[in-house]
Parts: sequence; C-alpha cells; structure tokens
Amino acid sequence: MSQQDSYIDRPWMDPEAEPFIKIQGITKHFDDFIAVDNIDLEIYKGELFSLLGGSGCGKTTLLRMLAGFETPSAGRIFIDGIDMTDIPPYQRPVNMMFQSYALFPHMSVEKNIAYGLNRDGIDKHEVKKRVEEILEMVELGPFGKRKPHQLSGGQRQRVALARALVKRPKVLLLDEPLGALDKRLREQTQFELMNIQSELGITFVVVTHDQEEAMTLSTRIAVMDTGRFVQTGTPTEIYEYPESRLIASFIGNTNIFEGRITKNSADHVTVRAKNPECDIRIDHGSSVPEGTKVWVSVRPEKIKLSNTPPVTKAPNQLRGIVSNIGYLGRLSTYHVKVEGDTNIEVTSPNQIRPKDGAHAFDWDDEVFLSWDDSSAAVLTK
Amino acid sequence: MSHNSKRSPFLVTMLCFGMAFLYIPMFMLVFYSFNYSKIVPVWGGFSTRWYTTLFESEEVWEAVILSLKIASISACFATILGTLAGIALVRFGRFRGHTLFSGMITAPLVMPEVITGLSLLLLFIALGDVFGWPEKRGFSTITIAHITFSMAFVAVIIQSRLAGMTQDLEEAAQDLGAKPLRVLIDITLPLLMPGMMAGWLLAFTLSLDDLIIASFVSGPGAVTLPMLIYSRVRVGLHPDINALGTIIIVVVAIGVLLAGWIMLRQQKQRKLEETLSGN
Repeated sequence: MSQQDSYIDRPWMDPEAEPFIKIQGITKHFDDFIAVDNIDLEIYKGELFSLLGGSGCGKTTLLRMLAGFETPSAGRIFIDGIDMTDIPPYQRPVNMMFQSYALFPHMSVEKNIAYGLNRDGIDKHEVKKRVEEILEMVELGPFGKRKPHQLSGGQRQRVALARALVKRPKVLLLDEPLGALDKRLREQTQFELMNIQSELGITFVVVTHDQEEAMTLSTRIAVMDTGRFVQTGTPTEIYEYPESRLIASFIGNTNIFEGRITKNSADHVTVRAKNPECDIRIDHGSSVPEGTKVWVSVRPEKIKLSNTPPVTKAPNQLRGIVSNIGYLGRLSTYHVKVEGDTNIEVTSPNQIRPKDGAHAFDWDDEVFLSWDDSSAAVLTK
Repeated sequence: MSHNSKRSPFLVTMLCFGMAFLYIPMFMLVFYSFNYSKIVPVWGGFSTRWYTTLFESEEVWEAVILSLKIASISACFATILGTLAGIALVRFGRFRGHTLFSGMITAPLVMPEVITGLSLLLLFIALGDVFGWPEKRGFSTITIAHITFSMAFVAVIIQSRLAGMTQDLEEAAQDLGAKPLRVLIDITLPLLMPGMMAGWLLAFTLSLDDLIIASFVSGPGAVTLPMLIYSRVRVGLHPDINALGTIIIVVVAIGVLLAGWIMLRQQKQRKLEETLSGN
C-alpha cells in the first residue's frame, strides 16, 4: 500500500491534501456576547465532521455562518477554494437540514423537494426524475403527494434530508439531524445517514450535542466550549487521548485521579495519586516535568474487577468495597468505594448469565481493581 | 376533573343579566321593525311595510352600495400596506428608526377618531388648494381616510403572527436558492394568509362601521350607511331604520355562523388527517 492510499480515509493526515472548507479566524459577536471566538478549521472533501458541544457553545452559530445566515464579525470562510464570506445563502453551494426540518407546510412532499431544483431553473422532466430518485433513496416513494403534517417524525426527517440532498450541494450542513427522533429510530437513521454520505461523497458538517451520535457518525469531531475548539480529532483520539478533564468527562464517563508525576521517562510515566493513594503507570511519555500536578483519566470499562487479590504488588491496583450496582443487561456498572471514601466507576460486560440471580460481584463484596499501563491518559488541565 | 353540578345562583343571575343587557336591545330593534305603527314605541300590529319602504328608498340603496364599495377597496389597500409594514417591522431586523416607525404605525390605533378625522380633513383641504385634488370630497377621500387608519390594525395582526413564526422556513427557502423576493412570495405570504384574511375582514368591518371619520372627510352627495342612519335618527326614530338594522343583524349573524362552521370543519379535517398519519 502506497503512502497516498493510506490517506484516503484520513485526508487530514495527508500533507498535500487541499482542505475543502477553510475557516480562518472566524469570530461572531452578538453585541457584547462572543458566540464564536477566533476559530480556525479545515475540513476535507468527503469528511463527516461533527461540531460537538453543550447548548450555547457556539456550534450552531458556526454552522449558520457556513450556511450564510449569519455574517461573521471577523475572519473568512472558503468553500472549494472560493471565498464565501460575503456571498448570500441563496448563492452558496451549500444546503442545510434544519433541526426543526423547516418543511414548507403548504407544499406537498414532492413540491418541498422540487423547490430548490426549480429555483435553479432546471428542466421540468429532469426535476421530476430527480425528485423520484431521491424519494426512492430515502424510501418515501409512495408519500410524494402527502403534506408534511401527514407524515411521522421519522418520515419528515427523511424528507428534510432529501430536500437538502437533491440539489447535490458541495457541503451538507446538518443541525441536530437526529435530535427529534426516538432512540431506536435514531440508531437506525445514524447508519442510513452514514451510508448516504459515503455513497454520494458529499462533505457533511453536523452540529450535535449528543456525544454518542458524534462518535458513531463522524470522521472527525471538534469539541466546542464557549466559542472555542477544545479538542479536534477522530472519535478514537478524543475518547482515548483526551487533552483535558473537560473532554474526558464530556465524552463518555471516566474516573479522574489527581496526582503528581513522580517519574517521567521516554516510554512511560508514573503518577502518584492522592485520594486514593496509589501509583498509576502510563505507557506513553509526557512532556510535563516531574513533580507537576496532573490528572489521570481511567475509563470505567478499562478497569478489571476481581474477587481475588493480585499475586504481586504493582502500580494500577486498588482495593475496595462494592457500594452500588447498576444492571444494564449487556453490562453492569459498579461503584466501588476505595480508600479515601472515593467512588470508582467500573463497567464490565455480563458475559456469563447470573445463576439464580447471583451476580459475579455483589453489594459489600471486597473487590480488587486493576488496569493496563495502556489504559490511562495523563491530563494537564 | 369532576364538575360541580350545583351552580351558584348568583353566577347564573349575573350571566342572565349580562346576556339580557347585550341582546334585549337587539331583540327590541328586530321586534319593532315589524311594527305597523309609525311611532316606534307604540305597537300597532305586525307588518313588513317598513321593509318595503326601505327597499324602495333609493337613498338607502345608494348608501349601502357606497359603504360596501369603500369598505372593500379600503380593506384591500389596508391589507397590502399593513402586511408590508408588519413584515418590515418584524423581519428587517432593527433598522434605523425602527422604534419611530413602529410607533407611527400603531399611533392611529390610539388616536381619537375625531382628531384623525379633523387632521385628514385639513390635509384634503390643503391638498385641494395646492394641487387642485381632491376637487370635491366624497368617495375617494373617505376611502383614503379608511385605508390610513385600518392599515394600522392589519399591521398589528401581521406583526404578531410573524413574530410567533420562526424564521426557519424562510431561511430554508433561501438556503435552497430562493432570492428574498421569491421567499416572500413563495413562503412568507402563503403562511401569512390567515392573518391577512383576518386583517382584511377587520379593515372591512372597521370601514363599514365608521361614522366619525367619514363625516369629517365626506362631502356633499357622499353618504355612507352609518352616516345615513345617524342623520335619520337625529331627526327622530324612524321605523324603516329598524328594518335596516334588522337586516344588518341577520347578515352579520349569518356571517358569524358561516365562519364558525368553516373553522369547525377545518379543525375536524386536520384532526382526521393527524389520526390517519398516526401522530
């Protein structure tokens, strides 16, 4: 495999790739409030890029600036090499799927979808053909004559998607695309969305507050907080190598230990944690000098539970009492009270069906916790 | 929620008094319109002769036609201008002079009609002196006067409807390639249709109703229906005016019932559609 091939799914790694969307120093003020604060971002062709963050973090404002509904206070936006900053929304090669779907209530499904094509002055037969094709793709063939209020939530979502896709935009913007759907439909739609994206090769930019949605959908995620990017990376990078406590606790659950670096060598770091007192060994180096205060994140599913004490004393070991059990079916969540009255969260898959309702670990059992050197991550802020 | 079957006699009495106060006068008007006697409060037996007189009176017909003409024309113009003003106020953001414009649009709502009428009269006289138009006051001046004050009502209706509507739909249309004028025609106006219809009806009713402003800006020969009724009653109670009043009550009642029936049907239709789609 040549070097070039290996970049196909990861264009941001390719030093020669031209970014498709280039955002340079974008800032947006609303009077005194700074919604988006000097953001730089490069998104590559065919990516499914997520902007993830809580409400009010500026993610929607950033998306609206890409669509052209908000004018940036400073900075420039390029799409496919063309400066889009001052171009009105109706001339941008970008379509948006609104959180409310924004289907025109007085038009049928067909008319809704054809609206954008008609604005481009496309020939009537061609419009009809393309509307039929896209309806087929989103599996709404028989519903073309219906009005939006005669459809279910999931069907409306697909009409909105079809309407945004039918113009074959260079970039599709999705504002909380799955937010209004129930859990089962959401999971199903997630995969449909990914299939459509890879089939059409359109660049997607998704705004979401749902970290699970962002994890499954995206090639890359940018986590936003108070108008800035906190961390940008692939779902795996963000989950496994968070850069800060904010990221570690925002994406998934985690246990955070506070401590100081006692040993820092090229291939591993040792941290002495207080509360509970223990040594944590991490198998990757850190740029932080010895003695610095750091935090260590250990994900609940990376911790092994055992009834028997470890044979040898080593780092990454704790002893505690099970204080709480949450049985979720495929896995269980345990809260283990360790020294210093700290609760450690551990999840473990239920591979063996409990006999007579007796779980492998019960309330008030003494248990031993351990994890690999590769499981923890050092956080400096 | 359980319903208290024992109603307070006090409340029932008050309700009866209230209803009686509202409807007995109208009932009396209808009753006396069928009175044979020329002296209104004296019952002289059943008759429809005042209706016959009324239909034979050219003066009455002219007033009815003039009023309807003024009302429908002024309602159309008021709806167009009021809608545009409402859209400008809500959708154009906070432009310079927004507050002033908004205040000036709604001022006619609270301005005493005598003042509006008087000032319009002064304007028309001045215009007549300077430009030679209007040569004589009448149909056109009343229509213009009615447009100016009923426009304010339409603007307020449109404003409140637009403010309650999210901008998503208009943005979606723009996003799909529609220029602002196209968005207005394709999306905003169809969605505002119910508000515009309500505005038109209100403007129409206000115009039909108006006596004060019309009296100020009217000239010789132009007599609207309210002006006719008022001038006749001033001379003394005429039984044929009772007949006219009865006809107006019947027309209005039919209109209200019809509107209620149409709304009920639409509601049922919508409910049925929603049940069918499984929501």
